[in-house]
Amino acid sequence: MNDANPVLELVKRLTVEELSAQGLETPDGIGPETRLFGKDGLLDSMALVSLVMSLEQEIAEQFGTEIALADDKALSQKHSPFRTIGSLVAYANGEIEAARGK
Amino acid sequence: MGSDPPVTLITGARKGIGRFLAERLLARGERVAGISRSPTDLKHAHYQHFECDVADDQGVRGAIQAIRRGFGRLDNLVNNAGIASMNHALLTPAATVERVLRTNVVGAFVAARESAKLMRQGGGGRIVNFTTVAVPFALEGEAAYVASKAAVESLTRVLARELGPFGIRVNAVGPTPIDTDLTRAVPREKIEALLARQVLPRMGTPEDVAQVVDFFLSPASEFVTGQVIYLGGVR
Repeated sequence: MNDANPVLELVKRLTVEELSAQGLETPDGIGPETRLFGKDGLLDSMALVSLVMSLEQEIAEQFGTEIALADDKALSQKHSPFRTIGSLVAYANGEIEAARGK
Repeated sequence: MGSDPPVTLITGARKGIGRFLAERLLARGERVAGISRSPTDLKHAHYQHFECDVADDQGVRGAIQAIRRGFGRLDNLVNNAGIASMNHALLTPAATVERVLRTNVVGAFVAARESAKLMRQGGGGRIVNFTTVAVPFALEGEAAYVASKAAVESLTRVLARELGPFGIRVNAVGPTPIDTDLTRAVPREKIEALLARQVLPRMGTPEDVAQVVDFFLSPASEFVTGQVIYLGGVR
């Protein structure tokens, strides 16, 4: 995972936007290790829903790939892909690759 | 919401009440997108038609993406598409029950979910689902249909809660029998018996339904969500 990853940059930007929409400031230095949801997570459940929808939309527009991040697979994974920025980025990248490989 | 005319997506827009509502909104200068499984003969500069099954995830996603590109926004969803099955429960095959649930429940769900994603980006929207007086009547001979519409009522209430934070209101209208393809196949005496159970015992008209839909889509009902309004005085 490095900062040249466009999905990482996208998730970071959308996280900042979600926090800002709630009138919250983003902590310094957010990155792959930053907890998004659950214990010590930055986002509440509505903000997470909003982030996931925005991410799906941005990926469709920027990458031309339709993916569903909140499908049965994501919701049933033992370790939720929504727990950190890094896990969400990895999951989204995997879905983008899978969709392109179809 | 800008000054451009609102955009409304109507499912089941090819005929019946869906068609009536589409033409009514177009006549007002509003913009309409329609979904149905077959092509339409409705031609209008502000009308865009999508041929797909409302319960088809990919098809509905494609329609919403096209609305996003074509109209740039979505203000209203009228979840009108529906099918009925009139038969004694003991004579109803599982395949019929699945077909009715798929169009009426899964279709309403998928259309609402995908529409809400686009509405949210515009700061809010309104969803109107369709139920029926057959639900409070627990109408015999329509078990699958009534069960599917009871599910739509629950969906209306839950979605009202889940989508409320995004500025999206979700309500449902419950028509009485109206002279459409859905009721034309029902024997006259059955319809008469059903009308006799209403407070106002007459057939409904598309105009009756449109008045309630207008109310739900109007800013006048901005504090109204999760509600079901039945026609004919039924409760």
